Amino acid sequence: MSDEVQISTWKTKVGLAEMLRGGVIMDVTSVEQAKIAEDAGAVAVMALERVPADIRAEGGVARMADLRIIEAIMDAVTIPVMAKARIGHFAEAQVLEAIGVDFIDESEVLTPADEKYHIWKHDFKVPFVCGCTCLAEALRRIGEGAAMIRTKGEAGSGNIVEATRHMRAVIQGIEELKGLRDDELMTKAKEMGAPFELVRQVAREGKLPVPNFSAGGIATPADAALMMQLGAEAIFVGSGIFKSEDPEARARAIVHACTYYNDPHEVAKACRGLEGAAMPGIDVRSLPEEERLATRGW
Amino acid sequence: MAARIGVLALQGDFAEHIKAFEEIDCTVEAVKTPEAVLSCDALVIPGGESTTIGKLCERFGVGEAILQLHANGGAIWGTCAGMILLAKEIEGNDTQWRLGLMDMAVRRNAFGRQVESFEADLQVIGLDRPTRGVFIRAPFVTRVWGDAQAICTFRDKIVAVRQGKLLATAFHPELTDDRCMQHLFRRMIEE
Repeated sequence: MSDEVQISTWKTKVGLAEMLRGGVIMDVTSVEQAKIAEDAGAVAVMALERVPADIRAEGGVARMADLRIIEAIMDAVTIPVMAKARIGHFAEAQVLEAIGVDFIDESEVLTPADEKYHIWKHDFKVPFVCGCTCLAEALRRIGEGAAMIRTKGEAGSGNIVEATRHMRAVIQGIEELKGLRDDELMTKAKEMGAPFELVRQVAREGKLPVPNFSAGGIATPADAALMMQLGAEAIFVGSGIFKSEDPEARARAIVHACTYYNDPHEVAKACRGLEGAAMPGIDVRSLPEEERLATRGW
Repeated sequence: MAARIGVLALQGDFAEHIKAFEEIDCTVEAVKTPEAVLSCDALVIPGGESTTIGKLCERFGVGEAILQLHANGGAIWGTCAGMILLAKEIEGNDTQWRLGLMDMAVRRNAFGRQVESFEADLQVIGLDRPTRGVFIRAPFVTRVWGDAQAICTFRDKIVAVRQGKLLATAFHPELTDDRCMQHLFRRMIEE
């Protein structure tokens, strides 16, 4: 028996992601919102200065949140607290690790700091989650050390269409690999632009090596049930709760639908619990290319 | 007839627990309604967020079903969040919902935040060799009384407790390849 203690291993990082499964992670911008989220049954909160819908509306450069907001939220709730760093901004990530956040989202919702390189996440003790639009992108991020993957969707749009597109792309990508022979996988990895060893692992195991969550456009209990049935293992709700007319009831309803996603009667009960309108939505087709967040990162 | 083990699947790493019991040929299934809980002979409460799992247990009547399963003599094993929910006392917190079945007091996130999560070898009473402990934002037990027995410590902190047909571990045996704790729980069910 060894006396050695290993702090922050790959197993403890992916392990925390596993612990969040089946749950709802909610974007919050204040202590008050964080408490509403925790009371509604959120498994974690994402501490932000502005939710994606406001970032989209206000424009300008979106950066890591004010540490005072993040630290106040960390003090106010017992559930894990996540925070966002800009794509490629490893110094923001170092700061977030230093103050002790539980998970970092290297996020396309913030303005990218680097258009070519993502953060080398293996260097950190804190686990990372990254967005993806397809299997190849998911495997590139896992290769860099992401311990959780989420769909990018189209954040702040209140429109689920991009999240479904991305989730189906990941699941279909996995199905396609499962049918390939070993000698076909190297060529496939080259075509995908994904790390060969991870491509081979996914082909063998038939699933991603880390939990696969969904984000970007979830606004209703039925949206949550849709993503869970498509294969998401948990969901992030960004603007969908605190940009709606009924944040407390909506937070509870989305947790309800996420828990019993495969029972339509329960999802119906969750829908009846709503007390106001969902956030206003955007037709993603009407968005000019430069306003689409999902195209940030590669 | 083989015992049916239910794994509470409201939230948390229930899939890992199911896989671990399947590997040792147990009959195991995910359960998340009161009826499903009561159809089992034993229950595992997985790791996850104890506040979330507790709220869902309370809201959907699953907590009462678990208490009934216990009253019927069913064995229950809680890991991490499950340990917290089994404890009678949660330090500094009188309001968090819990099952309150075991004579112990727990401290949540007792080893620190996520960046302090760790792995270490452990010696558990009742096992003939050390096993690997994976601790993730883990609790530890500050005090046991009555019939509860500490069966494992790490650096003088109690990290596993047994009380009759109840078992609680602060660590996650389901995240390792060692199935000794699953075998221990199976022996408890059959006793």
